[in-house]
Amino acid sequence: MNTDTISPRDAQWREELRKSRTAKQRTSIPRVKMAELSPDYRITCNEEVNCGLGKDEAVAEASRCLDCPDPQCVTGCPVNINIPGFIKNIERGNFQEAALVLKETSALPAVCGRVCPQERQCESKCIYNKMKREPVAIGYLERFAADTERMSGKAAMPACRPGNGRKIAVVGSGPASLSFAGEMARRGYEVHVFEALHEVGGVLKYGIPEFRLPNEVVDVEIRDLSRMGVKFMTNCVVGKTLGYDDLVAQGFEGMFVASGAGLPRFMGIPGENLVGVMSSNEYLTRVNLMGAGSKGWATPVLRGKRVAVIGGGNTAMDSCRTARRMGAEEVYIVYRRSEAEMPARVEEVRHAKEEGVRFLTLFNPVEYPGDGNGRVRAMRLQRMELGEPDASGRRSPVPVDGDIREIEVDEVIVSVGVSPNPLIPNSVNGLEVTRRGTLVVDDDTLETTIPMVFAGGDIVRGGATVILAMGDGRKAASAMAEKLENN
Amino acid sequence: MNKIVEKEHFSEKVIRLVVEAPLIARARKPGHFVIVISDEKGERIPLTIADSDEKAGTITLIVQAVGESTISICAKEPGEFLHDVVGPLGRATSIENFGTVVCCGGGVGVAPLLPILKAMKAAGNKVVSILAARTKDLIILEDQVREHSDEVIIMTDDGSYGSKGLVTDGLETVLKREHVDMTCTIGPAVMMKFVSMLTKKYEVPTICSLNTIMVDGTGMCGACRVTVGGKMRFVCVDGPEFDAHQVDFDEMILRLKPFS
Repeated sequence: MNTDTISPRDAQWREELRKSRTAKQRTSIPRVKMAELSPDYRITCNEEVNCGLGKDEAVAEASRCLDCPDPQCVTGCPVNINIPGFIKNIERGNFQEAALVLKETSALPAVCGRVCPQERQCESKCIYNKMKREPVAIGYLERFAADTERMSGKAAMPACRPGNGRKIAVVGSGPASLSFAGEMARRGYEVHVFEALHEVGGVLKYGIPEFRLPNEVVDVEIRDLSRMGVKFMTNCVVGKTLGYDDLVAQGFEGMFVASGAGLPRFMGIPGENLVGVMSSNEYLTRVNLMGAGSKGWATPVLRGKRVAVIGGGNTAMDSCRTARRMGAEEVYIVYRRSEAEMPARVEEVRHAKEEGVRFLTLFNPVEYPGDGNGRVRAMRLQRMELGEPDASGRRSPVPVDGDIREIEVDEVIVSVGVSPNPLIPNSVNGLEVTRRGTLVVDDDTLETTIPMVFAGGDIVRGGATVILAMGDGRKAASAMAEKLENN
Repeated sequence: MNKIVEKEHFSEKVIRLVVEAPLIARARKPGHFVIVISDEKGERIPLTIADSDEKAGTITLIVQAVGESTISICAKEPGEFLHDVVGPLGRATSIENFGTVVCCGGGVGVAPLLPILKAMKAAGNKVVSILAARTKDLIILEDQVREHSDEVIIMTDDGSYGSKGLVTDGLETVLKREHVDMTCTIGPAVMMKFVSMLTKKYEVPTICSLNTIMVDGTGMCGACRVTVGGKMRFVCVDGPEFDAHQVDFDEMILRLKPFS
C-alpha cells in the first residue's frame, strides 16, 4: 500500500473515527442503492443512467467501511488506490481530501468510479464478502468524491514541479495517455499529446456512451491537464503526420505510445460484409464521437428496427443499449457462452436487460443471409453448450449438432474484440511486436524495444480496462522519469 | 482549423481547393488521402490529395459536390476554414519503372490519379493517360495530365469531346496496339470494375484506388472493409490501392449505399 499518502491509517483523526462506532454498528447499515433513471425514460434520451450518491448517502456508506488494518480492497485495485484513506475522509465529511487521496494514484477518478468493474476488483476483496454481506460500494464512493470536488469548482490541482524544459511526446489521448501526461506534468516535464482524431479522450469519447460516462466528466479532466501545462494536438497521426524521427529532431526526449486497440475483429462468416453489419467501433464512433442521431450533426447512422449485437463484453452492452436509444424495437445480445462467462460488468448486463434487450446466450452466429439487395435480412445462429474449460479458465462453448435457427434482423453490430492498431508498429522502425500485434515491452518499466519509447494500454495489452491502462500510464511515467533523471 | 487559400471551379459541381496543412504537405506521397470535417458538426470524409506545395505548406483537394458534406465543403470560399484535416493517411503508391503504364481516370478520379501519373512519369515510365467523363465539362485537369504524360486519350459518353465511348474503349485500343506493363485506375467503382475485367483479359497488372465509406480513417471502425483476394482488407490502412484483379467490386458497390 502507498505509504506516503496524505491520509495514513495511523493519522489521529482516523483512529478517532474508527473508535466512533462499533463494527456491529457499521455492519448493520445496509449497502446504499444508487438512484437510477427509470428504464422507460432513459431509453428516450442519452442522460446518464446512474444518478450518483447524495451527501448523506455517501457518508452513511463510507461509515460501513471498517478501515481494516490490512485492507484487501487495495490489493484488488489495479493501481492500489488508498481506498480506506479516501472513504474515511468521506465519512468525516472532508470530501476535498477524499478527492486528493484518489488523485494520488488515479488521474481519472470520476471516470473510474463510473466504468471500473468494481465487483471483480476492489469490491470483490472487501471484508464484507466474507461476512456474507454486500461489500462497501467503493465505486459509488469514488465517483461521489470526484464529482463533489469537480462540482465544488474548487478542484485542487496536484502540485507540479517547476518546468524542467524537457519535452515528452504522448501518442493517443485515451486513459493511459491522460494518466501518463498528468504524472509527467507533475514532475515538471513539457508534455505534448498527439491525437489522431479531432477530439481528445480516446475510447472515453468515441467508445463509452454518454449515458454511462458523460463527455463533460472527461472534458473536465482534460481541462485540468491543460491547466497543468499539458499540450494537446488533435488531427495528428504519429507515424503519418509526424514521424518518430521528426519528434526526435524536435527535441522530444521520450515517447509514450498508447495508441489503443484500434482494429475491430470480425468473425469471417458469410454475409459479414452485407450492408447493415458493422463493428461496434463504427456504430459507437458514429453515435458518440460524431453525434449521429442528434439534431444538427451530419454523420448518419443506420437505425435498425431489429438489431443483433454479437458479443458479451462492455462494448457489446454499450452497443445494444445505444441501439435501444436509437429506436430499435427488438435488440438481441448474441453470446456464445452463458451469462456467467460474460466479460461485461454485472451492472451493464442488468441495465441492458432493464432496457428490454433480449439475451440469446449459448448461441453463435454462423451466417447472415442477405435480402438479395446486399442488405442483411437475418442471422443464422448455432446453438452452443459449455464444454471443458479452455486456456482462459472459462468453459469453452461447443456447437450442438444440427441445432441452428434463423432470426430476422436488419442490423448486426459485431463486438467480438479488437486487435492492436498497426499504425505505430508499422511506421516506427525497430519496434518489436508480438504475434498478436501488441508492442513488446519490459514488464517492469514498460519500455519498448526502442530506448526511451515506452508503451501502455491496449496497444500492449490487446484489450483491457480503463483502470489498467491508467495504471500503465503511471508506471511508464515513473520509469521514464527515473531514466531521464539518471541520464 | 485549416484555412482555404485558393478555390477554382472546374465545373458547376467540381472544385479545386488549396488548403493550409503544412505537416501534411511535407509528409504526403502519391496515393495518400486526408480525412476532412467541414464544420463543427460535420462528417469525416476521405479525400485524396491531388497535389501539395511543401514550401507554401498547402495541399490541393478536388471535391465533387454530391452529398451534404461535399456540398458544404464546396460552398466555402478562400479565407474560410475547414474545421479539421487529418493525414496523410493510407499507404503510398509504390512507384517503379515498370515500362509502359496506362493511367485511367474517370470523373474526379483524375484528381488522385494526377500525382500517381506524375510520379510514374518521373520514374521513367512511358505514361499513357486516359481521361473519361460523361461530357466535356466534366473532364478535369487535362493540361496538368498532358504535362506529365506521353499521350492523352479523352473519352466522353456523349462524344462532346475526344472520342465517344467509355474509358474501356480507349483502354482497349491501347492494349490492342502495344504492350502495356501496368495499369492504374481511379474513378467510380463501376468504371474500375470494367477496367479491371478488361486488363485481366489482357493479363496486365492493374492497381485501383478505392474510395469507400470511412469514419475514422485510421483502422478503427472497419466501415471501409472490402474483400480482396478472398480476404477482408481495410481501405484506410491496407489501401487505398489494391490489385484490382483481386477486388470484389460487386460487394464494394453494394457497400457504398448503406444509407439510401
